[in-house]
Order: sequence, then C-alpha cells, then structure tokens
Amino acid sequence: MSVLIFVDQAEGQIRKASLEALSYGVALAKQIGTTANAVVLGNLAKNAADLGSYGVSKVYHGESDTFNTMDAQAYTNAIMEAVQKSNAEVIVFSHNQTGRAVAPRIAAKLKAGLVAGAVALPDTSNGFAVRKSVFSGKAFANVAITSPVKVITVNPNSFRIAETGSETAQVEKLDATADNAKVKAATVNKVQGEVPLTEAEIVVSGGRGMKGPENWGILEDLAHSLHAALACSRPVADAHWRPHHEHVGQTGIQVSPNLYIAVGISGAIQHLAGVNRSKVMVVINKDAEAPFFKAADYGVVGDLFEIVPKLTEEIKKLKGV
Amino acid sequence: MKILVCISKTPDTTSKIAFKENNTKFDEASVQWIINPYDEWYSLVRAIELKEKDASITITLVHVGGADSDPIIRKALALGGDEAVRINAQSDDTYFVAAQIAEVAKQGNYDLIFTGKETIDYNASAIGGMVAELLDLPYISLATKFELNSTTAVVTREIEGGEEVDEVALPAVVSCQKGVAEQRIPNMRGIMAARTKPLKVVEPTPIEALTKIVSYELPPAKAGVKMVPATDMAELVRLLHEEARVI
Repeated sequence: MSVLIFVDQAEGQIRKASLEALSYGVALAKQIGTTANAVVLGNLAKNAADLGSYGVSKVYHGESDTFNTMDAQAYTNAIMEAVQKSNAEVIVFSHNQTGRAVAPRIAAKLKAGLVAGAVALPDTSNGFAVRKSVFSGKAFANVAITSPVKVITVNPNSFRIAETGSETAQVEKLDATADNAKVKAATVNKVQGEVPLTEAEIVVSGGRGMKGPENWGILEDLAHSLHAALACSRPVADAHWRPHHEHVGQTGIQVSPNLYIAVGISGAIQHLAGVNRSKVMVVINKDAEAPFFKAADYGVVGDLFEIVPKLTEEIKKLKGV
Repeated sequence: MKILVCISKTPDTTSKIAFKENNTKFDEASVQWIINPYDEWYSLVRAIELKEKDASITITLVHVGGADSDPIIRKALALGGDEAVRINAQSDDTYFVAAQIAEVAKQGNYDLIFTGKETIDYNASAIGGMVAELLDLPYISLATKFELNSTTAVVTREIEGGEEVDEVALPAVVSCQKGVAEQRIPNMRGIMAARTKPLKVVEPTPIEALTKIVSYELPPAKAGVKMVPATDMAELVRLLHEEARVI
C-alpha cells in the first residue's frame, strides 16, 4: 500500500504543475500513514534521485528516449508497471495536458474511481472524499471515491510545492519502453521562453479595449515585470491580434493563477468561465459598468493606455529594478 | 467509415448554478440544457464536415441519460448525425459513463470515436481516455486540428507549452477542442429530417459507479470589488503586495 505520483517532464525539466502534484501526493501519504513514490518517464536533466528532496522514497524511472513524446497508451503501460511494483493504492497526476490524457486510462485499467481536478487534499476522516472544482469554476463538489484503488488529478496552482529536505530517493529502472507506440509525432512546436499559461502564477490578459495588436507592448512589459504569462479574450484571438493558444475562456484555456489582471476585457460570462478559478482578479477598464467588475477583487476605471505603464512602473519599484 | 460521437448534456453557460437538499443535489429548476459545447461545436461538427467530403461515412451519436435528454439528441441529429443511441441511465461517475459508451462502441466496430475536450459542468476530461483504455485503442487528447487519410488520422494536439502533429492508426479515440471545427446552427431541413432519424434507447449494462458526489459548495461570496483611483497605481501595487499577497 502506497501513494504513487506521476511526475511529468518536458525537455528533461520537471514541470511546476507536476511538482505540485508530487507535494500533494507526499502530503496525502503522510495523512494516511503510508509512503510516497514517484514515476518519471523520459530523460531527465537532473538526477531522478533528487526527487527525494520532495519526500518520495523511491523513483521508478522509465529512461527510454521513446518516452520523450507522450503516447497515452505507452505511458499507461509504463505507469502500470510502477503501480504494480509499488503496490500503489492512490495514484496522483497533475490535471495538465499529460495527466488528462493518461490518468483516465490508468483509472479505467485499475477500475479505480477518478476525481479529476482536485483542489484540496482528500478528507479521509470518514471514507475518502476529494474536493474538486465543477461548473467551470462556479462551484465545488466533494466527491467520494468508493473503489479500493483511487486516482486523483490535481488542479494546477491549487497545492503548494514543498521541499522537505535533502534526502535522495532510491531509483528503480522500469522495463517498459514506448517502442510500439501507435501514435507517431511528426512535428513538435513548443513556444520558447514563455511561462506556460496553465502553470503561471500570474496572468496578464488583454481584450478588445487594447484596440489592436500593435498596442500589446505595454502588456508585455507588465507581464515581464511580474514574470507573468500573457493571455487574451476570445474576440482578440478571433481577430488574430494574438495567437489562439493565449485565448482563455470557456472555449479556450481555463486558468487558475494566484493573480489574473484583465485589461480592456468587459467580462462576458464565457470569459469568466475560463478565469473563475483565479484567486485574485484585477480589472482595468474604461467602462465603470463593465460586468467584470462584479467578479473582481480590485478594479481601476480609466484609460488603460495610461494606467498600465504606471502600474508596470510601480511594480518595478516594488521589485527594486 | 463509421464515426461514433459522444454527446453530453450540460447546463447552458448562463444558467444559475444552485444546489438543493442541503447542498447534496444540483438544482435543475430553471436550468436551460444544451449539448456540451465541446461535443457539439467541435467533435460533432468535424464529423459532419468529414461526412460532407465522403458520403460513405456514417455518424452515430451516443449519450448516457434519461428521456429528458431526447431534445438535445434531436438537435445533434438535426445538425447532421445519422442515428443515435441513448443509454437509459443517469450517473455523474466518469467510469460508469465511459464503460457504458465502451459497451455500445464494442458492438458497432467504429473507426473513430470523438469526444469533446471536457464537459462544462464536471470538467473532468476523462471519458475519452477511459473509453480508449476499455477498448484498448490509442487516444489523442485535446485535438486542435483533425484530418483523415485512408487508414490513419493526422491530428494536431495541444501539449504542455506548445502543440504536436501526430499520425495515428485507426481505430482511435480523439478528444476535440477549439480549432477542430466551428459552431453551426441547424437548418430547417436538418430539423425536419431529425424527426425521423433513428434514436435507439438501450438499457445500461450493470456496472458499478466508483465515485459519488457527497455535497456541493458555492465559492465564498466575494467581498466586493475594491476600486482604486486610476491615478494611484502605487496603492494598487501596495494592496496586491500587502493585502492580497499575490506579488
């Protein structure tokens, strides 16, 4: 009996969202009085044993290069090997792109109840109930898992990463490879040097009020000063002012940052469906009647072309740069 | 070629979210039900576009739900599905729903199974992956483009911090999101034709649910927006730093 956490990597670097899932799994193991182990697939830039500093005893490592592209079926087979070797009772993933592709397969294979998008540790005082976000951030549900084996995916930015010490974990190699993967990756395009939107702690987002793509420099400066990711509303993406992968909202990306700064966005309900899970929202808009102010924590009414550069300046002062 | 499109029923985005019976049940009063937008706008419309290029394609819709789902199934038929199967059961457990769909899929020998990226009510993103596992098929999640070759599909999908173009042998399961297709409105001819298209109701296979919703909660009410004068960004930064503690 143990907790197993799947730790996702990209170009050898462990993802922030995966470290959150790792810390969630370690805290859960402590809560239910068992050990936590991790499973990693593909080449790592650092030593897999270093994951011990987050509190896992053992790391199951599928080292094959073939894992560097994600095939859900091949990943499932490798993770299943680690599940069996560690006799895992709870398997934890991040609710990121990889977790969403693989966790349901693992759950179906093990006939394990799945809670996707957990926002807190399970309540194990009477059964095993996990709190998750539902209705696109408009509510929470407490979901009891009734099967003996359980699978949880953890919403990004809902659990704090905790390094517990400097221990090294024992590393055990997995036999599995992805040599027979049925999905072949032809081309991979990664956005370089930017903070991934779903993992960002701060998101700066622009809407139609920005008046045109040529004006985005002030938002880029603001985002840069906060080490934030850039996002936009649907009309902005539809008008091709900004790329579609920056579109947040019901049909775009759902984000859950600590801070969401909406600039020149009126706050249609479809946009709110993508940003409701943000902890703190700042709205900057020239229209005092914009519906977004009702959902905001802080609001500024005025000309964004004057406000945004001043805000950036004040943030730089705070950060001493 | 046979395509199976999974259709889910969700409250309209503008519906008021409320709970009843001591917060243990979703209050369906005054809720406007729609086809889950990801299922309708992307996976169903893409299947219809493929059929428009190749008339030999048939589109079967599958839905898990009660008779109150029939209007949204008829709408999906009006858009361009050929036939529908409704599994007569209600559940919010993803494994139960996926296993029911997998049972229907096994009987139909489908070349392609489409789901939406997630439903807008439970946001689990789980059905596609589970169905794929139960049928031992490859699964491509979060597709933004989808093209068919003769025996394979070429799919662009979202990965962490970017996108990837994959080729996958059919049969396969694919979850669709924005980019795959554009929303359509059913026309009068489609609506008339939908009335006579087959909608088969089957009883569920005995499968045990593995999760149960114990209770719901609404997020704590916001304290209300705190307005900061446009001339005082130093104050906004102070509030974000000292009060909200987010920068």
